[in-house]
Amino acid sequence: MKIVGKSTNRVDGNALAKGKPVFADDIRLSDVLHIKILYSTIPHGRIIHIHTEKALAISGVVTILTHKDFPPHFYTTAGQGYPEPSPRDALVLNPTVRFVGDKVAIVVAESLEIAKQALKSITVEYEEYPAIFDPEVSIDNAVVLHPEISDDPFLFDSKRNIAARITADVGDVKVAECESHHVFEREYSTPYVQHAHVEPHITLTWMDENNRLVIRTATQVPFHVRRIVAEVLDFPISRIRVIKPRIGGGFGAKQEILNEEICAAVSLKTGRPARIELTRKEEFIASRSRHPQRIRIKMGLDEQYKIRFIDLNILENCGAYGPHALTVMSVTSQKTLSLYNIPNIRLHGDAVYTNLPIAGAYRGYGAPQGFFALESMMDEIADELNIDPIEFRLNNIFRIGDEIPIAEILGEGREGFKTVLNTTGIEECLQRGRILIGWDHHRGKKQTGVIRTGYGLAAVCQGSGIPGIDMASAFIKMNEDGSFNLQVGATDLGTGSDTSLAQIAAEVLEVPVEKIIVYSSDTDMTPFDTGAYASSTTFISGGAVKKAAELLKFRILEQGKRILQVDDADISDGIVKTSSGESLTYSDICTRSFYTDHQQQLMATASHTSFDSPPPFNATFVKVSVNTDTGEVKVLTVVSVTDAGQIINPSMAEGQVEGAIPQSLGMALSEFMIFDDHGRTVNTDFLNYHVYYPIDMPEIISEFVHTDEPTGPFGAKAVAEIPINGPAPAVVNAIYNACGVRIRHLPVTPEKIIRGLGKL
Amino acid sequence: MTEVTFTLNGKIIAVKCAPGTTLLEYLRQLEMYSVKYGCDDGTCGACTVLIDGKAQNACLTMVGTLQGKTIDTLEGLNEQKLVKSIQERFLTEGAIQCGYCTPGMTLSLTALLRENEEPSEVEIRDAISGNYCRCTGYVKPVKAMLK
Repeated sequence: MKIVGKSTNRVDGNALAKGKPVFADDIRLSDVLHIKILYSTIPHGRIIHIHTEKALAISGVVTILTHKDFPPHFYTTAGQGYPEPSPRDALVLNPTVRFVGDKVAIVVAESLEIAKQALKSITVEYEEYPAIFDPEVSIDNAVVLHPEISDDPFLFDSKRNIAARITADVGDVKVAECESHHVFEREYSTPYVQHAHVEPHITLTWMDENNRLVIRTATQVPFHVRRIVAEVLDFPISRIRVIKPRIGGGFGAKQEILNEEICAAVSLKTGRPARIELTRKEEFIASRSRHPQRIRIKMGLDEQYKIRFIDLNILENCGAYGPHALTVMSVTSQKTLSLYNIPNIRLHGDAVYTNLPIAGAYRGYGAPQGFFALESMMDEIADELNIDPIEFRLNNIFRIGDEIPIAEILGEGREGFKTVLNTTGIEECLQRGRILIGWDHHRGKKQTGVIRTGYGLAAVCQGSGIPGIDMASAFIKMNEDGSFNLQVGATDLGTGSDTSLAQIAAEVLEVPVEKIIVYSSDTDMTPFDTGAYASSTTFISGGAVKKAAELLKFRILEQGKRILQVDDADISDGIVKTSSGESLTYSDICTRSFYTDHQQQLMATASHTSFDSPPPFNATFVKVSVNTDTGEVKVLTVVSVTDAGQIINPSMAEGQVEGAIPQSLGMALSEFMIFDDHGRTVNTDFLNYHVYYPIDMPEIISEFVHTDEPTGPFGAKAVAEIPINGPAPAVVNAIYNACGVRIRHLPVTPEKIIRGLGKL
Repeated sequence: MTEVTFTLNGKIIAVKCAPGTTLLEYLRQLEMYSVKYGCDDGTCGACTVLIDGKAQNACLTMVGTLQGKTIDTLEGLNEQKLVKSIQERFLTEGAIQCGYCTPGMTLSLTALLRENEEPSEVEIRDAISGNYCRCTGYVKPVKAMLK
């Protein structure tokens, strides 16, 4: 291959490097209205009255919308397949508020300053209800969060506060438990953490010259935005255009219809352009976060340390509403149970409502929570049985040709598909990581000082798109200089997918990447794509691009033969050649097709779906130091070895790994949302919510092992999410290795370490 | 209204603005969109500009305090050799993902390289310590500058 597998520069790199106006907010709209949202200050209650008179009297306040201005249409803000398997529990504005941060009123003003001023002039009378902050007591609580939607088929049981439930059984866990020689049971949990993309949620809307609604928004799911806004505002899809420009990171938070419906409603109501941008504080209270999960695992091994059964029990806190509640939990289970070949499985998961901020999609989509539990547990078992943690894993992993039973039982919101493992590089990842971190040389050396060093590892997997659900399409047309316009619905959220898709097209058409002009994510101009989530873009959208390019190449060859009046010819390096030495360049063919010979536009479209979702694999090794006096943990080195099939762009793939690591280290060590007794988020800025800065970073070593996945474009599997699953469990395993303290409930804090050491 | 005169991207301008107007708000009104919003409190660095050659957060700088100062944004520096070389290194190394933090990081590095042609890794990390990036783990931006 000439282009696939090479680190070509990003197709959008130059504009980004120069700070060109390419992001959603980088345009000037004349006469634009500014929107601010008034949020609930109580965790649970009914709105008795909203006093807007004072605010409306302020010069420059255009309107204030409340729940009375919207019909009571329930929907989900989750931008995923249709029909979304999330409860229809949201209203644009709600007469009942369910967390501190729930939307109460929409202020529309001539300037941001006036809008902010108006917010302060609104008073709200509430009838306060008791609130639930602890997911453990949510089920069957006297306090019910969503009593009014008991007939929603997508909600498991509104009276019991259970947004979603999953269950599955493989084999017979009871019998397997009796037959097991070693049985272990543990409980783990993960906290509320945030995506913390630098660009906040930002949406601009306006009515165009034909009175169509244009939504320019930082989204990962433009087509879902169009569909859901149409549904919520009862406005025809034909009159909505959603444009996704460059976006400043999303990691799942922009897989949500967060403000688009509000901004659109303002433009529809006033006829004027409107703009809404969340502040960082608003991101923390009113955006989305990772679902906290409490995971109990019971696991049994036979005499040969083969895992005989696993009983996986999940309690997921979805916060006040349930976008992605079911599917995140499905992914937790499905991915966690796709790594080791365990013949007997029992699975039970409940996603419950609490009066806390809303959780949603976040890179890894439940798998980081699941693997934190599973890979901590694998380490505990290996330690207790005094067996080698790598050998223990290798003794139990799925091998090529194995069927993964859970994948067939558990899809996303419906049954899955029969899945046989075509490729796995997990053994190589483990062996390579072992060498890179110096596992056999350094681990387990006797230490006596205050600062102890430890080594830990985690083996993990993910998927490549959602099988049988994700669909992508591509349109490609030829220009007379031999360049091509590639139009895709696929959404580049900073990942570089425009570039990797261009590489796939260029590889097929045998032209340099510069000849591929990519335009993506504009619902008027590009064909459909379910969007950028679930590690789907390279695998699914890449599949569509490859098909479209192959079809176009075939058509170019046919046209070349027609023009040359020959029956036989070949294409190489962008030239159609016959055996007798005649040739036509792409430029010749296109120009003659436009103007003189067999006139036509050479173009092709293709769509792609897959019933396979081949798992990428990863082994993460971590070296930490623990100060046994202060409890301070320093991550010194992270080695991340990944099998993502054939890598399309090595530099960009490395970038995915390098960026995922600090996100996962954050979940392990420094990032967690703190709530007070009233459910208020306490840490709403980067001073108090500790993301990783350049000086916090450990040494990072990222490598890939090669596999050739037959179901992926050019052998590719996904790479976007897989590297986020391993660091957190590897860190706690390394901490245990360093000082003998086992942290089962994230985040790791100095206090927990000191307590574990018996010093507190 | 406050009235101040300062140099913006090489041009002397006189500005009247309401007290409390931040340089971030002002520059975005001028459509200098390389200067970006991300946090409100100087913790993300997406609004980094050069003030008298030093990398500063525009969101923490009041326009009224800029009398006689020299402000540079990426819009004014894009054709400068040093800036272009940083951009070229970033592009070649794959140091740009979403690109939202890139202009700010580029200016922090510009300020560094003007004073220190061959910075160490520690000095590079220190120079961009206020430029928060959620995509790259800072691995390639740092590597780009070390090459």
